[in-house]
This record gives sequence, structure tokens and C-alpha cells, in this order.
Amino acid sequence: MKFVDFVSRDAIRTSIDVDDKEQVIRSMASALLEAGKIVEDEHEGIVEAILKREELGSTGIGRGVAVPHTKHPSVSELIGTVAVSEVGVDFDSLDGEKVHLLFLLVSPPDRPGDHLRALENISRQLRDETFCRFLKQSKTPSDVWQLLEEADNNQFV
Amino acid sequence: MPVTEKTVVISNPQGLHARPAELFARLALQFDSEIEVIRESHRVDAKSILHVLTLGATQGTELTLQAHGDDAEAALEALARLVESDFATDETMSQESSG
Repeated sequence: MKFVDFVSRDAIRTSIDVDDKEQVIRSMASALLEAGKIVEDEHEGIVEAILKREELGSTGIGRGVAVPHTKHPSVSELIGTVAVSEVGVDFDSLDGEKVHLLFLLVSPPDRPGDHLRALENISRQLRDETFCRFLKQSKTPSDVWQLLEEADNNQFV
Repeated sequence: MPVTEKTVVISNPQGLHARPAELFARLALQFDSEIEVIRESHRVDAKSILHVLTLGATQGTELTLQAHGDDAEAALEALARLVESDFATDETMSQESSG
């Protein structure tokens, strides 16, 4: 699965200026709402579900990256967005590092395969240090989108 | 020092997603041995969630665990038990739902 298959271009945010886990997740979900990917009535429920999932264990997967996510019946296909935080967010990651790059995913409950393939793609691409560093240095959503497209075209790995 | 090896199969219908990958890496970190997980020709560090997730291991996937070090056998036994229990720890038993 490619980034462009699940990342909502209009919901990408750079210059996220909050350093708190809940606020970051909230603002990413709001970005999905603004992009028309989730509906207003489900917004709070999705935020709550993602936060509840974080209570089970942090989705900070190391190297300054986190993948907050949930399944939710209101979406019919996997949707996602990306946020870049220059200051970093305390995410209780296993390696103790602050998170600068977040991929938020919302998937239909009956599509575990798509969710797994998105995670596989994100983690495989981010193993490349150059790609990871460039993404964290992105200043605008269009920088992020361009990097994602380049990664999809296997320009990094 | 010889390399210890064990094969496991992912039985979880959701596959080796973020939560099991975290539990797996967290457990692997408790051992001093170098531990790797191998899926076909793809070999990754068992102590990194990022690495473990790159396996994209769906239900039914066979993984080979290899360890090298003083506590290699104990490490593989513990990791295999975690996988075979379908990642059922005391924590996850009560809260199974949200991936």
C-alpha cells in the first residue's frame, strides 16, 4: 500500500505547535474533519477511541515517529494524515525519544489487512534515515506530500 | 557462541499490528542477546517496533526467531510463548478491542 492511497493530502499539517499527546491527536483529527474525511458527529468519538488505544500502550514506534490509530465504523476505507512537530511531542515511546512525525490512521473494523499494510509501508519507508529526516524537516504540507510521493516511487528504499 | 533458533506462526486474525509489535519489542528488550526476526529473506531487529512492523506479518505468517547471546534460549522461549499465546498478557486480556 502506498502513502497516496491512504494519506489525505488536505489534512497534512506541519508547524504543529502543541507538545501534548492529546492535543496533537485532537488537532490531527480536526485536520481530517476539515479535509472532509470524517464527519463532525464522529469527530469526538474518533479522538476518544484513539486516546483510549494510546492508554493500552504508546504507538510511538521509535526514531521520533508515532502512529496513533483506531478502528472506527464511520469510515468505509482506511484514511490517514501526517503531522510534523518541530518542538516534539512527549509520547512515552519505547526508546524515550520525543515524537516529531505522526501518522494518524482510522480504519474500518473489517479491514485489518489494510491497516497492517499501511503500518508495514510506514515503518519500511521510515527505516530510511534520509526520508525520515527530510520528513521531519518539512516546513509545508506540500513538502510532506512531495516526499510521500517520492517514497511511493521508491526513491528512498 | 551458537545461534539459537525457533519458528513461530502468527495466529492473530489482525496480524502482527502495532500493539503486538510493541509487546514483542518490549519483551525482547529485556534480554541481553541479539535477537532477530526473519520472514523469508527479510531479517529485522526484534527489539525495534519499527523493524518488527516492517514484517507486515498477517495471520498465518511463519516467522523465524534467532538469538545470539548468554540468554538466547530464555529469550526465544519467552518470545515464542508471547506469540503462541496470541499476545495475551494480563494487560491485553481485558482490553482486546482497539488494535
